[in-house]
Amino acid sequence: MAPRRAAIAGIHEYPLRRAPGRSKMQIKAESAARALADAGLTFADVDALYDAGETGAMSGITVAEHLGITPRVIDTTSLGGSSYEFHAAHAARDIAAGRANVALLTYGSTSKSESRAIGTGGRSTPDPAPGMNMETPYGLPLIGNYALVAQRHMHEYGTTPEQLAEIAVTTRAHAVRNPEAVAGLRDIGIKNIGELTAEDVLGSRMIADPLHLLDCCIVSDGGGAVVIVGDDLAAGIRKDPVWILGSGEAVGYPGNARDLTTSAGARSAPLAFGEAGVRPEDIDIAMIYDSFTITVLTLLEDLGFAKKGEGGSYAEGGRLRWDRPGAPALNTDGGGLSSNHPGMRGIFLLIEATRQLRGESTSQVDGARLAVAHGNGGQLGTRHSAATVILGKD
Amino acid sequence: MSTTADTAPARPLPVLDEADTGPFWRACGEHRLTYQRRRSTGEIVFYPRGHDDPDLETLDSAGRGTVYTFTVVRQHGHPFFRAHAPYTVAYIDLDDGFRILTEVIAEPGTVRVGQRVELDWEDHDGTAVPVFRPAG
Repeated sequence: MAPRRAAIAGIHEYPLRRAPGRSKMQIKAESAARALADAGLTFADVDALYDAGETGAMSGITVAEHLGITPRVIDTTSLGGSSYEFHAAHAARDIAAGRANVALLTYGSTSKSESRAIGTGGRSTPDPAPGMNMETPYGLPLIGNYALVAQRHMHEYGTTPEQLAEIAVTTRAHAVRNPEAVAGLRDIGIKNIGELTAEDVLGSRMIADPLHLLDCCIVSDGGGAVVIVGDDLAAGIRKDPVWILGSGEAVGYPGNARDLTTSAGARSAPLAFGEAGVRPEDIDIAMIYDSFTITVLTLLEDLGFAKKGEGGSYAEGGRLRWDRPGAPALNTDGGGLSSNHPGMRGIFLLIEATRQLRGESTSQVDGARLAVAHGNGGQLGTRHSAATVILGKD
Repeated sequence: MSTTADTAPARPLPVLDEADTGPFWRACGEHRLTYQRRRSTGEIVFYPRGHDDPDLETLDSAGRGTVYTFTVVRQHGHPFFRAHAPYTVAYIDLDDGFRILTEVIAEPGTVRVGQRVELDWEDHDGTAVPVFRPAG
């Protein structure tokens, strides 16, 4: 008997980017209820819980308690923004093994309402990991961490600020087509909520050379939920199932000879594409974690869409826009750069990929059949996680 | 008497009794930049760890290296770094074979990938912070 296949059966994206007075747990619970309703299921059906712990310690217990569920698989893998791609991979594995039937992934964040300075905040902790204790005195903020990658990429391959800007321009063009993204940009106080030009990006203030303000994701509230089921249940759900065809996982960390221009994605992606039996050129939708423009540019290479060093020229000329054939459509919801980034946006990669394969996106690609969701967690220039999930429709 | 220097925000310092990296920071207090080498293979180990492994020897770096990459930090939420900005944070590849994240003390915007740099020290209570300057 072939192992059970797993499919995304229900999704929900919490619509507000600014949700004062709401808690992370409330956002998770509301999103979970709506994603289950989207699948035609209830909390009583859930037997597997995946949680990244953003509500606090022991979240496998507290989230289960709050939702009133009794899961028999509890997975609190927490690897930053990519956690949800890890969760999807683990849910597919647990469903294939017969240990789970209905898997629930949830996320809730109030980063904007808490005024968390994610990109420029301090990093000191009272009990640092040894490697991080080496870096405390130097004041490298998250944006600066990614800037180290961008600077080296420019040095080695001649990548230009204009090429990086093209990625922010493309995702904003998609955000402008997404009413929830537009409302969100307005609600979090972004002044220019229309289309961007490369000049806008290059003219925005430098935060950490060579990254400008508009090379960076926004900070929002938000959350969402994803329901994953086995193939025996997938036949009975309300919407067409979106199959998890393959996945791969990896982590990266500093080393004395590490090539900083190559991420752990170069190891997770071949695993995912290999398991799915598809190639990068088959992909219609590229949901690639866009914490910063350099994240996308590096990952376009590491996922195999462009050769190492050619991500910049690959992204040029609006090639990754939803309505341009010949390359995958990038972050068609507007991405973290222009739709929402509450801190860990990996769940939205799964949600928008599912919308595209269902035909429900606000920038719908005609005939989209295959999508990749690639999460990058942590900090690309030092310690980061990578998980790649290949999704497909029947 | 309170002075401006007394109330100015201080550079955050490492935890000096962290088990693996504490010895490194205490050696810094003696102006020694230390790294480890595996006797059997010659492999360089950095950051330091495995202090009970007899195959690992601790050596002092000559303190000369090359900028692998850098950024100029212009915005930071911590009071010290906010006042300190703009400043240059870089990965330096030491000639001894290890890579360190550090600050390059130089006019912001003048540092380049591939530039030669040399070690300097910023003294603090109980340790000193290794920083680098353009090689003279």
